[in-house]
Amino acid sequence: MTLRLYLLQRLTAALMVPLIVGHLATIIYATHHGVSAAEILGRTRGSLGWALFYGLFVLLAAMHASIGVRSVAADWTSLRGRPLTILMWGFGVLLLLLGARAIYAVVAS
Amino acid sequence: MSGLNQRLHTAGHRRDLFWVAAIVHRVSGILLACFLPIHFLVLGLAIERTAALDGFLKWTELPAVKIAEAGLVFLLAVHLLGGIRVLLIENLTWRPSQKRLATAAIGTAGVVALLFFLRAL
Amino acid sequence: MSDVIAVSIWRGRGEGRYVDYEVPRLDSQTVLDVVTYVQRHLDPTLSYRFACRVGVCGSCAMTVNGRPRWTCRTHVEKVVADGRVEIGPLANLPVVKDLATDMTRFFEKWQQAKGAFTPSKTRHDKVAHIMPASPARVEVDKAIECINCGVCYAACDSVRWNPDYLGPAALNRAWTLVNDERDAGNKARLAAVAAAGGCHSCHTHQSCAQHCPQAINPTASIAGLKQRTLGAYWSGALT
Repeated sequence: MTLRLYLLQRLTAALMVPLIVGHLATIIYATHHGVSAAEILGRTRGSLGWALFYGLFVLLAAMHASIGVRSVAADWTSLRGRPLTILMWGFGVLLLLLGARAIYAVVAS
Repeated sequence: MSGLNQRLHTAGHRRDLFWVAAIVHRVSGILLACFLPIHFLVLGLAIERTAALDGFLKWTELPAVKIAEAGLVFLLAVHLLGGIRVLLIENLTWRPSQKRLATAAIGTAGVVALLFFLRAL
Repeated sequence: MSDVIAVSIWRGRGEGRYVDYEVPRLDSQTVLDVVTYVQRHLDPTLSYRFACRVGVCGSCAMTVNGRPRWTCRTHVEKVVADGRVEIGPLANLPVVKDLATDMTRFFEKWQQAKGAFTPSKTRHDKVAHIMPASPARVEVDKAIECINCGVCYAACDSVRWNPDYLGPAALNRAWTLVNDERDAGNKARLAAVAAAGGCHSCHTHQSCAQHCPQAINPTASIAGLKQRTLGAYWSGALT
């Protein structure tokens, strides 16, 4: 774990605290008010607010999760150096792409 | 010195509350990292496959799935609280006794998950 | 209370096994007493280290029932479970023989963390006045009593999982020097502890603080290093 990765990990964590609280509140609200596709999409379609909220969330989560996975792989597997870096970037990019697609799916499609 | 080759037993510290809290934090992170891509893929079904999304969401009525969802909420809550605990330890003035904090974190996470589970029923 | 303790002691090197002995139980007996009894009366080939016998040198550190401890300061009655005690060498270090470990790597990491004082004055300069109550000195005093016994290093899972990790003792010492107003080597020291394997590899498990016989808290020292290196990074003092 280098200083830069550590800093990014802790920063994204701190920034996500309010977002997670918001997400948990959303989950509880949604389960109370209906979770069919129509009901969910009825709330999210065309909403810039949701797009921004979850856009930020996906970005921060992709960075945080990929650095975390790197730390665990460094400790618990024999991966080192280049393969480790590729794992981290690969996982991060995957989450970013899938997350962006998911946001597009519920807001704009 | 022939005979069976044994391993040194040196993991007694793994019964300590602080260590358990750290491992719970790590394992919850791993499980959440595994869950995220699946979560994003399911939401992506809303693109031109709303019927598929609805079909998938129907599964969430099952009690087993509701328990799994409560489990996920628990993982998120415990990872969040464990992370806040680490941020506090690393950035604020050191306080000798944090066992209460660690216990409270896990306890609160359990309560949150339970609330979720009860409301969802 | 039985008058005999069933003792299992690690014999061998990296490969080896636990061998059972029976040791008479006595009042106020320490684990070091037990090991000494075995070596003197049961098996003279048993290898182990000790020096002061009174808890000031740290030489007798071993793994007792799975935890690293000073055996001279561990009373048998505190650790015995069902009349049994298990004794092995410290973890995370190569085993020389039986209960003696090779601490070379432990001390190499001490040097790597720049855990040595770098003077800023000569004998011709005025003596530095360090106020004991100054915030920096208070930080130093909390962590200065380390006698490099290796218990924290043996208790640390980050050391176990990451062979490059400098470890709690080396970083704790670096922290005391970072706060020492007389020291002139902090540029190199902060770079050393901010490198790969440095303070950022600590995952705040706090096993070190739990086990330190001197009640030092290396996790707190390492947290201080994390803050200090971040500060240096922001101000451009660190590459």
